[in-house]
Amino acid sequence: MFDALSARFAKTFGGLRGKGKISSSDIESAVEEIRSALLEADVAQEVVNLFTDRVQTQSASLLPTLQAGSNQAQAIFDVVNAELISILGSEARRIRFAKNPPTVVMLAGLQGAGKTTLAAKLAKFYKDQGNTPLLVAADLQRPNAVTQLQVLGQQIDVPVFAPEQGNGSGSAVQVARDGVAFAHSKLHNMVIVDTAGRLGVDDELMDEAIAIRNQIKPDEILFVIDAMIGQSAINTARAFQQGVGFDGLVLTKLDGDARGGAALSITEIIKRPIMFVSTGEKISDFDLFYPDRMASRILGLGDVATLAEQAKKALNPETTAKLEEKFARGDDFTLEDFLEQLEAMAKMGSMGKLLSMLPGAASMKKQIENFDESEITRTKAIVQSMTPHERRDIKVLNGTRRSRIARGSGRAVSEVNSLVERFSAAQKAMKQMRSGNVPAGMPAGMPDMRSAKPAVAHKKKSKSGNPAKRAAEERE
Amino acid sequence: MGIFSTFLSKIKVSDLLHKPDLDDVLSELIAADLGAELANKIIEETRKVKSETPEEALYSVLKSHLSLKPRELHIQSGLTTVMIVGVNGTGKTTTVAKLAQKFSPQGTVVLAAADTFRAAAVEQLQTWGERIGVEVVSGKDNSDPASVAFDAIERAGDLSASFLFIDTAGRLHNKSDLMNELGKIKRVIEKVSPVSEVLLVIDATTGQNGLQQAKVFAEAVNVTGIILTKLDGSARGGIALAIEDALDIPIKFVGTGESIDDFAQFDPAQYVKGLLS
Repeated sequence: MFDALSARFAKTFGGLRGKGKISSSDIESAVEEIRSALLEADVAQEVVNLFTDRVQTQSASLLPTLQAGSNQAQAIFDVVNAELISILGSEARRIRFAKNPPTVVMLAGLQGAGKTTLAAKLAKFYKDQGNTPLLVAADLQRPNAVTQLQVLGQQIDVPVFAPEQGNGSGSAVQVARDGVAFAHSKLHNMVIVDTAGRLGVDDELMDEAIAIRNQIKPDEILFVIDAMIGQSAINTARAFQQGVGFDGLVLTKLDGDARGGAALSITEIIKRPIMFVSTGEKISDFDLFYPDRMASRILGLGDVATLAEQAKKALNPETTAKLEEKFARGDDFTLEDFLEQLEAMAKMGSMGKLLSMLPGAASMKKQIENFDESEITRTKAIVQSMTPHERRDIKVLNGTRRSRIARGSGRAVSEVNSLVERFSAAQKAMKQMRSGNVPAGMPAGMPDMRSAKPAVAHKKKSKSGNPAKRAAEERE
Repeated sequence: MGIFSTFLSKIKVSDLLHKPDLDDVLSELIAADLGAELANKIIEETRKVKSETPEEALYSVLKSHLSLKPRELHIQSGLTTVMIVGVNGTGKTTTVAKLAQKFSPQGTVVLAAADTFRAAAVEQLQTWGERIGVEVVSGKDNSDPASVAFDAIERAGDLSASFLFIDTAGRLHNKSDLMNELGKIKRVIEKVSPVSEVLLVIDATTGQNGLQQAKVFAEAVNVTGIILTKLDGSARGGIALAIEDALDIPIKFVGTGESIDDFAQFDPAQYVKGLLS
């Protein structure tokens, strides 16, 4: 997502930065490049015009105030960054909880946008924050949409209100109304109503959505839209806005390589914020949307804020504290610790996703996409085939032990050898770090990052043959 | 206002294909998701065509960018095996049902529910199978899709079926592991029965990303045709023209509505007209 756009921006600014003195014609040609990049990314034409006009005007008026020798390219970069943030909606917005529970959230959108999956993701997200959501299966059109929601509900342990099996029969309005009443009586503090997908022009289904809205008076209506949508995004969003109306947007399938034109178009035109993004097939692949972080990603600055948050979420504070203590005591970092780190990393999501949040990720897009996720699984298998004693002290690993481990993990002995070798090197590096190359008192609030470091650093070594990793390493 | 009315209203009062009017047409073509580059190319070519009316010129240029390959389903003697592939949410399962409905008058149809990933996808296809009256072969949730496809071929053989349509799980084309899985499914099928067609389902609302989808799927499983779905919405499906132009993969069918019968053989003239409406 946004990678292609990032690459184009990088090229444009690379050109500008290479110039000692920027002229107004340089600005014009940069703006022209931005225009064609945005069009290629499916950004709606009216938004492209707005955006490029603003950048052009602001940069042109800024130029005379900049002295030669000062960083002119950076100043223009800042203009583009600020405009991007503004077009993406400026501020992050979250679900507003109703004063009197339950908070009713209704989902609407085109067919195939991913509403049913999103309903479950939303429920899981808010459940994890201590809420008690109820899912209501009011998509009675698509065959087995109700079953799909029930299966997902079971997976995330959230009750699903589904009195009708759907498949074209039953009243969605009735189901929605009863669902909210049910939530009321069972003291759920949140209700998420899945509705049938519809085409923007289909009056019948739009009327049904309006009828549901009028019955349940939702606190939030979320419009779910596929990030891969083209120029029809604006018209579709307008049709929904004029029909059922909506308070916020959810972008789905952001893990694809779509260039995200819809994201950059709708907020500006319809004046509704993007609230959430869905980034993968797993229920946990779901994030809050931050305009500034997204702008950073588009401009190739990476999204380190999100990366740090995910690290914090994935790392168990207890193990982190334990590790820190060990570190302070001067104990060795062992394969046992390493295994824990690997597992924490797996919880953070795929390696490809993590790498794509690093600054400059766009330039190593191919490598990130081709990153072999099973490398982590294989490494884990090798470590798991060791006895606890071996994990604590790799020096005991003689030939017999190594060949047993290789057999146990289904890997070659040479792979075991290379893991052991690389791990010893990492251990040594950590000892050196401790012996004074790193300031002893790291700022409070940083322990997560510090303890995450060994694993990350080590993984990099383990994949030194992989260009993506190498690039990431060099960037550190 | 549609592209034609825009176009013609300007044309009447000005010289043929005057520059500012062409800008309007260009912007309409971009709005139809043809992509800026192809839209520019088409305008340039239209300018050069000598034709009675500007309308005819534009028509003929647009048509010249369509593929010349046959648009009928390639039917083999014995069993015709068709794989249906595509990214998530384009309407693959519904399309499989529509294909079954269309071809069941011509012979016995078997469906393979090889989307074992999405919750209730198998049930969705089974419901369709019951409605249409065709057999659906399925495995358990999360079972190996290749083995479901394999079982379906055996079953199709037992029934001396004429058509086997295989539904696969939606996958984003940039997930290389999932694309490899698709390749594997195809190879497993080919061990027992030739694959007559691999049809890629593209959502008409898709933007320029559709081109990338087609490229990657074509590399992975040698796509032989496109099915363009949701053409009844507000989108005009210009991305399909871009795909035909770039990759020479013909659109074979279009999905035009929610009912099982809203499905037709692709008609180039009608499509080009729709593109401009």
